[in-house]
Amino acid sequence: MFGYIIRRILFALPIAIGVSIVCFSLVYLAPGDPLQTVLPPDATAETIAIVKHEYGFDRPVPVQYAIWLWHVVQGDFGRSIASRRPVTLEVFGSLANTAMLALFAVPVAFATGFAMGAIAGCYPGRILDRIVTGAAVIGVSLPNYWLGLVLVIVFAVEYMVLPASGMGKSGSAAFSLWRWSDAQFLVLPVVTLTMIPIGIIARTTRAAVAEVRSQEFVTTLRAMGLGEGAVIRHVLKNASPQVLAVMGLQFGYLMGGSILVETVFTWPGSGFLLNKAIINRDIPVLQGTILALSLVFVATNLVVDLLQATLDPRIRRA
Amino acid sequence: MSRLTVFTTRCALLGAMALSIVPFQSSRAAGVLTVAMTAGDLPVDTGNPDQGFEGFRFVGWNLYDALINWDLSSKDKPSDIKPGLASEWHIDPANSKRWIFTLRQGVKWHDGCDFTADDVMWNFARISDQKAPQFLTQQFALSRAYLTNYDGIEKIDDHTVAIKTKFVESLFPYDMAYVLMVSRCRAEALKLDWDAYAKAPSGTGPYRFASMTPHERMEFTPNKEYWDKARVPKQDRLIILPMPEAATRTAALLSGQVNFIEAPAPDAVPVLKKGGMQIVTNTYPHNWPYILNFTRGPFTNLKVRQAANYAINRDDVVDLVGGFAIPEYAEVPPTLPYYGHPVVYKFDKDKARALLKEAGCLPCKVTLAISTSGSGQMQSLPMNELVKQQLEDAGFVVNLDVMDWNALLDVSRSGVPKYPNVDGMNASRGLLDPVSAIIKPVASAYWSPAGSNWGHFKTPEADALVTQIFEEFDATKRMALLTKLHEYESEQALMIFVVHDLNPRALSPKVKGFIQSQNWFQDLTPISVDP
Repeated sequence: MFGYIIRRILFALPIAIGVSIVCFSLVYLAPGDPLQTVLPPDATAETIAIVKHEYGFDRPVPVQYAIWLWHVVQGDFGRSIASRRPVTLEVFGSLANTAMLALFAVPVAFATGFAMGAIAGCYPGRILDRIVTGAAVIGVSLPNYWLGLVLVIVFAVEYMVLPASGMGKSGSAAFSLWRWSDAQFLVLPVVTLTMIPIGIIARTTRAAVAEVRSQEFVTTLRAMGLGEGAVIRHVLKNASPQVLAVMGLQFGYLMGGSILVETVFTWPGSGFLLNKAIINRDIPVLQGTILALSLVFVATNLVVDLLQATLDPRIRRA
Repeated sequence: MSRLTVFTTRCALLGAMALSIVPFQSSRAAGVLTVAMTAGDLPVDTGNPDQGFEGFRFVGWNLYDALINWDLSSKDKPSDIKPGLASEWHIDPANSKRWIFTLRQGVKWHDGCDFTADDVMWNFARISDQKAPQFLTQQFALSRAYLTNYDGIEKIDDHTVAIKTKFVESLFPYDMAYVLMVSRCRAEALKLDWDAYAKAPSGTGPYRFASMTPHERMEFTPNKEYWDKARVPKQDRLIILPMPEAATRTAALLSGQVNFIEAPAPDAVPVLKKGGMQIVTNTYPHNWPYILNFTRGPFTNLKVRQAANYAINRDDVVDLVGGFAIPEYAEVPPTLPYYGHPVVYKFDKDKARALLKEAGCLPCKVTLAISTSGSGQMQSLPMNELVKQQLEDAGFVVNLDVMDWNALLDVSRSGVPKYPNVDGMNASRGLLDPVSAIIKPVASAYWSPAGSNWGHFKTPEADALVTQIFEEFDATKRMALLTKLHEYESEQALMIFVVHDLNPRALSPKVKGFIQSQNWFQDLTPISVDP
């Protein structure tokens, strides 16, 4: 198992480097300029040249990438062009805020989605299956920014029981989960954020359970006289590696933050930060955020792989 | 009833009680003005801000002063410059390239130090002298556009400085109304650590910095010792929040989370009015035109430019934005003193078609660069679609080259040398001062990328008028020349004129005393907030 873990970690390194190269290239291929945010509309060519030199943007792109990578290896992600704050602070601060959403969204989405899928998979074609499948389709199909706005209209504007946006009365710096006046800011974004993962996990679980139920060993279990509860336990265990893979992806999605949901709720997470960095072409922040998010995905996949291998030893041998 | 059902019912009841006991009321404390900006981030607070003029509006002019400030006290007349940290200025009678500024005495920085001529010298070195220890690249970038004609500063005595210019420019004082002064005392105490300074900025402005959560909120308290006693803030506290999504701003206002929002979407205005909110608007020096390419393509022909202007049904565009705009028939709004009597390009589709035929350009293919959104771009996509339809009805064939705001800024700054195939560009413009409004777009000295004459317009008449304006120090005579230039630009159909924005804002009914001046900048100090 230890060798398997080391192998998986080594596989992750080239993925992280590849992601950073693709991201760096895409930023330069896209029209626009990272210095537009710090330059006024009337900036002259001379001004632009001086500022480019000061920020190092007059060097060839591969050289800029190499310099950036060298600094990253030493733990220095650079400074934001727009805010001048260290990228490490920007990225980890926003990731922590997104993790706050994920902390609640993950158990809600996973438990609800898995339960819905398991029920639907155990009773295929029945009314319960149709209701659950219909709800899952709605969950997947609802644009989450639209749902977010509807929830805001109902709960923040009409009934005024929950806040519309932000992260606490004094911002994320003073946010406390243990104060309802702060914690209530979580409710609407978490509900909005869970809808798509619930739908996806429910549909995947249903398909996996239905597939396993049709396998011969299930018939054998029944023929051996096992009760329906015991059979379902075996079915769910055999369906779990497939569901786990999807849950891993959804965990990455929730940890990555949703640009749309975080923008609608002005939640200062990684999605919101990424959105600003894209608009401003703030390359150091963009690079730092994408690298951090890709590492989250890589780490999540690693954990999922290990869990799958634990649940199904055949995967480890493969 | 099962134990599970009892437990669930109890949880639901407790939740409902919690929700009803603790209604959300964050900005309802007395005297707190909470503003939702359109900006996606907090503006920098180390001097001249970023985030366009919104940065100046909510951070720059609140923390700091310039040598010359803007008079934002009236909603009925266009705002102009007024004494700031300089109580008086005049041109040196012996040298038309040397301005003498008398500094205001008795002014103190928020940190308690006295404001002196040395502070002014130090500030100019900070944004112009790359060898000075206090030089800050970001501030250099954000200030440089206003220092195009700056050629050095000298101290005459503790309360007088002289600023030299590269060429004679009677309108130079307007440039000084964009250069904000920061505290040398605070910066040196922090050993010129600008990151530390950003957490404790010190100016001479009407508000003191209180606190900041990066990217989320900035808080200010009134500067009770402000030198302009008429502008000591009437609120207990000012909070600004970046909230780029229009629907979010609307919801935040309706739910009481904020009490002042910038630029509500026009279709949200009926809902806001129904919710008892105040909608305030005013004309201000803004236009939403298409800036044209004079180096190649159809718009080099005056008849094509006139045709495009006659093709625009401006009333329809005004309707599209819910009435929050006025038709634009010339560069500046009619309220500005140098408006004069420009050509009024009333909508006439047949005349437009006839002009295109005369020009030998029917159908007339043009490519217009537009952005999906951006500062001052109003409802960019639907407005551009409508204009495209109107132009095509008159005989144009329009290709809209759609890009995001950052990409359009690159088109705008690089100009026609880099983008020769773009025939026109839709970019809203700030027309605060005559140089930005009507001189830079026509003077050959400002050809892009060295300046903001994007399409390389050049005629001997325009250049001669600009020279006369710069060399005329008599304000009345200069105003006549400015009027003549504005009328000339209209005759030349310098741009495709569409609309002037009316800059809507929505305020809670508890917000009192706001005077929306005819300016991009606004004075928040007279505002009080009922409990």
